[in-house]
Amino acid sequence: MNTPTLSLDQLPKDAAAVVRQLRGGGELVHRLAAMGLTVGARLVVLQNSGHGPMLVSVRDTRIALGRGEAIKVLVEKTAA
Amino acid sequence: MTPATGERKPMLIGLAGQPNVGKSTVFNLLTGLSQHVGNWPGKTVERREGTFLHEGAQLRVVDLPGTYSLTANSPEERIARDFILHERPDVIIMIADAAALERNLYLLAELLLLPVPVVLGLNMMDVARAEGVEIEPHVLAAALGLPVIPMEASRARGVAELASEALRLARDPAGFSPSRPEIAEPHREVLASVRAILGEQVPQPYQTHWVAMKLLEGDREVTALARAWLPGKAWEKIAAILAAHEDAVADIAAGRYEWIGRMVRAAVRRPRLGQVSLTDRLDRYALHPFWGLLILLAAFTLVFALTFQIAAPVQAWLDTVVVAALRARVAEALAGSPLWLTGLLADGVLGGAGIVLTFLPILLVFFIALGLLEDTGYFARAGYVMDRFMHHLGLHGKSFLPLCLGFGCNVPAVMGARVIESRSGRLLTILLAPLVPCSARLLVLAFLATAFFHEQALFVAIGFVIANLVVLAITGVVLSHTLFRGEHMAFIMELPLYHAPNARSIARFAWANTWSFLRKAGSLILLISVLIWALSYFPGAGLEDSYLARFGHGLAPIGDMLGLDWRLLVALLASFVAKENAIAALGILYGSAQGAGLAETLAATVPPASALSFIAATMLFIPCAATIAVMRQETGSWGWTLFGVALLLVIALGAAALVYQACRLLGFGLG
Repeated sequence: MNTPTLSLDQLPKDAAAVVRQLRGGGELVHRLAAMGLTVGARLVVLQNSGHGPMLVSVRDTRIALGRGEAIKVLVEKTAA
Repeated sequence: MTPATGERKPMLIGLAGQPNVGKSTVFNLLTGLSQHVGNWPGKTVERREGTFLHEGAQLRVVDLPGTYSLTANSPEERIARDFILHERPDVIIMIADAAALERNLYLLAELLLLPVPVVLGLNMMDVARAEGVEIEPHVLAAALGLPVIPMEASRARGVAELASEALRLARDPAGFSPSRPEIAEPHREVLASVRAILGEQVPQPYQTHWVAMKLLEGDREVTALARAWLPGKAWEKIAAILAAHEDAVADIAAGRYEWIGRMVRAAVRRPRLGQVSLTDRLDRYALHPFWGLLILLAAFTLVFALTFQIAAPVQAWLDTVVVAALRARVAEALAGSPLWLTGLLADGVLGGAGIVLTFLPILLVFFIALGLLEDTGYFARAGYVMDRFMHHLGLHGKSFLPLCLGFGCNVPAVMGARVIESRSGRLLTILLAPLVPCSARLLVLAFLATAFFHEQALFVAIGFVIANLVVLAITGVVLSHTLFRGEHMAFIMELPLYHAPNARSIARFAWANTWSFLRKAGSLILLISVLIWALSYFPGAGLEDSYLARFGHGLAPIGDMLGLDWRLLVALLASFVAKENAIAALGILYGSAQGAGLAETLAATVPPASALSFIAATMLFIPCAATIAVMRQETGSWGWTLFGVALLLVIALGAAALVYQACRLLGFGLG
């Protein structure tokens, strides 16, 4: 992989990305997966005000994530 | 045809699905009025089941809790899979949201690992179409190898076909061989070696493949089970494999979505990708850091305005007309009998029952208003907007709904804490919930503020509500930095699409919450009301000499510090039964049963500094008996329950002392 990965919380509103890696314990990974956030999933950032929770659209679902959780999702930016 | 001529026993159907897919609507359509509501054994989760006749067969449907997956992360997920494993349903009906098909099929991927045939109901086809998604059910059915029924449950479409397919599959399960997901390549061999070690040692009703999968997923319950089943050496081997492959959980999930992708590829078309939906447009405002807060504030102002505009007059009417008339009638009918009997029935029993009765309208209207917000999908947004603030209290956005319920009654607030996944988050929410001023305390506040501060009553009352919430915030901050330090609670929440509210589900929401007050509070309030009456009546030489008064006098040293005389102390103690009892007790103690008369008597005899201290203590005092009972039920621990009670006692007395001593220093209102 040549394109740099960054954590989800760094993406601005309307940015599109692909999930590359999930950090954190098995339970968190499992909960993220059940909501559709897995490696390879395409997402679009719907809201990110820079602090507090953020909202992403993934697999036709709007998912609110705390910042602590968003930091653990590593993504690669794609063209929208 | 009677059921007896059909199958020997009713077919058992489990109704599964993720949250927010319209599963309750399907359940109601299937079972109509034949529903039975209970609890899952040993759990505080509601179990609903019902029966119906279809094509001559009798079918029994059990509504499983809505879950995103089937790993034992939450009681709900454990219940759903234990039902399938241990009660062996003939067929599972899974309801999926067609508008978010891929994520919904994740649950199907888990269900298909269990030994039970599955019918898929694709609900909300209309919503999916509106979102620009076209699905061809028969193509999806061919790919999955199981029946797929398109549905619009909100218009009762597709339900009969769903029942027919379920019945057909339940009668002939042998032909069921669907496509099943496989684990992604890197861990296929690992799974095989875990299976090999498990061998024949997995007892019924568990299956080796499923157990191996759950072990790799790090499922705590299955891990504990496997450790018990296997001899020490075999378990050590498995434990070593699991430790080396902790990342397998991500692979398993990825494998499932890869399978889902293959399943839906031919069946789903998105001709209008990229359009901005109504939900996204609304969310631009509802989730905005500034507008979102403003909308939230407006929504809540509306809820409270509605509640007190509609319900308060009804409550006053019930109290002054219905209950008063009943009491008079009882007193009249018992004219010849001993005084204590009249007192017991008119003051003890009817007094308690009256409280319960007069609170119903307030709670119903409040919970209907909240239910409206919840059912349109707005409440999840409120949680999102409040998440930032809740983080400072050591909580996150999901705790917002239970705490809001607390404005109606603390009992459903404590029970509502179930939506929070982590135990520490649940505990903290339960400990903080009693600091939300419930409708009973708001009424006491309104009465006392008016009695003592006439024109400034509104400002005093608003000041106290704000002070209450500030105390809640401070307590949250302190607890999360001490007892709950280092507990991070993951905030992951689906924001459902907005949709038109459904009267039936709002009614269900309002009734469920009101019922929890009735069932818990109702009986306890009645019981303790009788007890307090007895303490204030016996040994019989008048109230001044009653056991209750003697107890109050005993507390005088504490009272001095707080500026409360023995009567105010006793009234405070009486609020333990139910918060609004404070007024009833003041009525008895100050010798004036009439509301208006009491206000004047109080204003004349109690100095304003003591009044402020008394209001502060009442607003923050230990939870009422019913709330304590559910705190015990929900925490499963007397230790935490008593800790919560002690915490509030310290806070209430501390705040009252602070208020009174500050008044003394400033020389304000000492009478």
